[in-house]
Amino acid sequence: MAVTLGFYFDQTLCNGCKACQIACKDKHDTAIGVNWRRVAEYGGGTWQITGDTFSPNIFANYLTMACNHCDDAVCVDVCPTTAMHQREDGVVVVDDDLCVGCRYCEWSCPYSAPQYDAETGRMSKCDLCTDYREAGLDPACVAACPSRALDWGPIDELREQYGDVAGIAPLPDPSVTRPNLVIKPHHSAEPVGAATGAITNPREV
Amino acid sequence: MTATSDHPTSTDVPSNGLSRRSFLKWSAAAGGGVALASGTNQLGLLPGSGLWASEDEDGGLETRWSACVVNCGSCCPLRMQVAGGRVVRVLPDDTGDDELGSQQIRACVRGLSYRQRMYSPDRLKVPMKRVGKRGAGEWEEISWEQAYDEIAEAVQRIIDEYGNEAIYLNYGTGTIRGTIAKSWPPAITPIARLMNTVGGYLNHYADYSTAQIQGAVAYHYGGWIGANSLDDAKSANLQVLFGNNPLETRMSGGGEAFVTQRTREQSKVRTIVIDPRYSETALGVADEWVPLRPGTDAALVAGMAHVMVSEDLHDQEFLDSHCQGFDEDHMPEDVPEGSSYVAYLMGEGPDGVEKTPEWAASITGVPADTIVRLAREIATTKPTYINQGWGPQRHANGENQARAIFTLVAMTGNIGIRGGSTGEREGSYGLPMANPYASENPVETSIPVFAWTDAVEKGPEMTATNAGVQGADRLEVPIKMIWNYAGNALTNQHGDINRTIELLEDDSKCEMIVVIDTRMTVSARYADILLPDAMNAEQLDLVAQGSAGNMGYTILGDQVVEPPFECKTVYEMCSEIAKRLGTEEDFTEGRTQEEWVRHILDASREDIPDLPSFEELKEMGVWRDPNPPEVGYVPLEDFRADPEEHPLPTPSGKIEIFSTELWEMAETWELPEGDRITALPEHLDTWEGPAEARERDDHPLQCIGHHYKQRTHSTYGNLPWLEEAHPQIVWMNPVDAEERGIGNDDTVEVFNERGRIRLPARVTVRIAPGVVSVPQGAWFTPNEQGVDVGGSVNTLTSWRQSPIHKGNAQHTTLVQIARA
Repeated sequence: MAVTLGFYFDQTLCNGCKACQIACKDKHDTAIGVNWRRVAEYGGGTWQITGDTFSPNIFANYLTMACNHCDDAVCVDVCPTTAMHQREDGVVVVDDDLCVGCRYCEWSCPYSAPQYDAETGRMSKCDLCTDYREAGLDPACVAACPSRALDWGPIDELREQYGDVAGIAPLPDPSVTRPNLVIKPHHSAEPVGAATGAITNPREV
Repeated sequence: MTATSDHPTSTDVPSNGLSRRSFLKWSAAAGGGVALASGTNQLGLLPGSGLWASEDEDGGLETRWSACVVNCGSCCPLRMQVAGGRVVRVLPDDTGDDELGSQQIRACVRGLSYRQRMYSPDRLKVPMKRVGKRGAGEWEEISWEQAYDEIAEAVQRIIDEYGNEAIYLNYGTGTIRGTIAKSWPPAITPIARLMNTVGGYLNHYADYSTAQIQGAVAYHYGGWIGANSLDDAKSANLQVLFGNNPLETRMSGGGEAFVTQRTREQSKVRTIVIDPRYSETALGVADEWVPLRPGTDAALVAGMAHVMVSEDLHDQEFLDSHCQGFDEDHMPEDVPEGSSYVAYLMGEGPDGVEKTPEWAASITGVPADTIVRLAREIATTKPTYINQGWGPQRHANGENQARAIFTLVAMTGNIGIRGGSTGEREGSYGLPMANPYASENPVETSIPVFAWTDAVEKGPEMTATNAGVQGADRLEVPIKMIWNYAGNALTNQHGDINRTIELLEDDSKCEMIVVIDTRMTVSARYADILLPDAMNAEQLDLVAQGSAGNMGYTILGDQVVEPPFECKTVYEMCSEIAKRLGTEEDFTEGRTQEEWVRHILDASREDIPDLPSFEELKEMGVWRDPNPPEVGYVPLEDFRADPEEHPLPTPSGKIEIFSTELWEMAETWELPEGDRITALPEHLDTWEGPAEARERDDHPLQCIGHHYKQRTHSTYGNLPWLEEAHPQIVWMNPVDAEERGIGNDDTVEVFNERGRIRLPARVTVRIAPGVVSVPQGAWFTPNEQGVDVGGSVNTLTSWRQSPIHKGNAQHTTLVQIARA
């Protein structure tokens, strides 16, 4: 079996600019509403107001998310036509000839990675820029990140280099799908399940 | 202020409830977005798309260098992939590395959207002439010959009837980093070069970005200096940023966002951000965020200064040797007692009010104990790097705001040293490129940049002392013709858009407006003649670097594709108009645009011997100075070392905390009622300031307008990719939202007596209570009821000016918000 690939995300560097989202969109020509990579803003906390003065006790952070090419890819499990499948390198892809656009994969994926393309009537998703990697290049989102917050590679190497955090709020527990993802959390990141905050930009993700 | 309480209160942010559904579906709204997909891919829907289409479909991909040349302070090279005469993909820089001084200059979300801007249905295609009422949107297509003839005739007629001073070049920064196709600074634009061949034009001074701080440095330091570059924060033990947000305003992955992130990552310098918003910079690099009410930075400084003086924490030695006016022993002659900054702080000045931390707390909103703690930390940490963005100064009291922050730096003795600062905004290292293309304006008269609407309305009433006219005692004539090249300050970026439009609609006042732009902007709607410009990627140009810490670089922007439709370069337009005015040779000096680029490169090589040849640079795209300085910029080291030998260009030669010139202006200038000029950097309560907000029931919220990721000002506006990624929203605190029954993403109206906008609310803990922020630059889009559904903040702002430099006080605005 070939090495399994994954993404690394340094949340401490992310300013929510979405260059990753647009680099992906420009490369793959996805329509409005179809975003193989999206960025959530997550935050919470309270303000204390005393007389004329105020004090914040608040937090906020960003989370960029594409397909995590999970070990237990539920999108593959639920696909009724076997269009959604996992290659030897772990990359999850859609076979256009088989996809009927039923959107079960979209419904089942806790990361909303498969995206329905109304123009083609089929699902579409991140393939870790296979063509770029075959040409010796980084995936478009990784090469574009102005903050150098993204990386990719064999997941074993990423975990060795960056640790093994694969879930923070508002993501699901990594045990659900075993994502090939490593996160360096922002100082304000909350652990999965212990979350007090909320996604601030729900319409954008 | 509506959310005050005598007792501590606490408001939770709306909870998401964390149901199983949201646990599993972190992106619950994604399905809703999909419904928009059908038919909204603008690239497939271009009118006349045949003209965009490739004639050579089987051609392979070719990669050519261009750049994003807009006004964010950064400048990013772009690699454009071309197939069949069409840009099919835009790639980021792949040269350089991740080290400061040689960093890869990765474009932000906007630069990467260049293709959509290029192929937008908003692109202008042919020259057009207004046929109905100005602004009514009724046009006829005309030939280039007719356009050139009519513009040349208008220029000549207006010069003959009114003189050159009646012709104005409006501020515009839509294409700012080019050399030949360059819309700012006005004096080195092709329009200026054209007008200079026929006697010149009315100048303006300062700009919409920095008007008040320019008016502050002029009197405090004797001129613009800039602060230590942001990479020098590595030499400091504390970094304090007043309203500076490089992680959003200078968002390039090779510019100041990268420099700030990397410097902080490597040095771990403790960082405090003082800002009404929990900005991206606060989120990204701050150890502490200090929110305050907009327009109260000078009060915060005074409160901290009071602590420093009371506890003897200030650098008296530096103040004695390098500054005028800190205490009573260092005042100019003939000034009454009690006029020093210490007297102001201690209640021994004319107002008799002691500027205690409690006094500052009630104005700023920052608790007094926080002010005391900050004062001690800033005074006792050496060195401390203090820098201000341009938000604090874009206020009715903006000059004093800026000067107060300069004063804090002087009091802590951090000027002219590594790891210190002047308290201005960051400077940076830059290549000394030559510019033989620049020419001289024979007209000396100059107006404040924000006063052009006054000059249209009542030009000859404007004098040096009532309107800040420079170079002459008064204006002789009103503005009768406006050139508006690659700018949107004719409407959208000026104050009070509705009032501005009313002024422009009367074509007996300003008789001719020529707009040159690539697209139908809000300002283009008000043209008499509208010329379709080529984008920078459609012409060859030398592209100057952006602010990037200690890195110097330059870019040769190739002509990646031909201009589409009938678009032409601004150089060709001006050459043709010059020909009709009989000055073509003066304008072109016999050179084509490429010959100018080669000429400028050759001239620049005198000071930069390593600069590559034209051919080499065209191949490599971006060239970096191979020997960057260790630190980008450290000003005033010589003044620090010997102030007698290296005096500042102020009347005293020193830093003027008490400005002799402002003292005199306070006596001689005619100001609107209630406005004040002060010789000291005092906090001033002004019209529509935070004090007034707390007294007014109708408009109790302070409205600011932050720079937003969707756009650089208004450039890159109206593009579906960017509107999807960063929709126009108004930020408001949950306390204010709850009082009004407003939830996150609810549609709301923001309004005052000048106008009304409609847009979604972003209910967020990231902004101070009592403050809302409408990201500036959205395109004004009035509906039938006159409500601006585009959500431009300038539908709400006013024409009122700051007292000293007559600057745009666009963050001094009061509003109310209600659910739509």
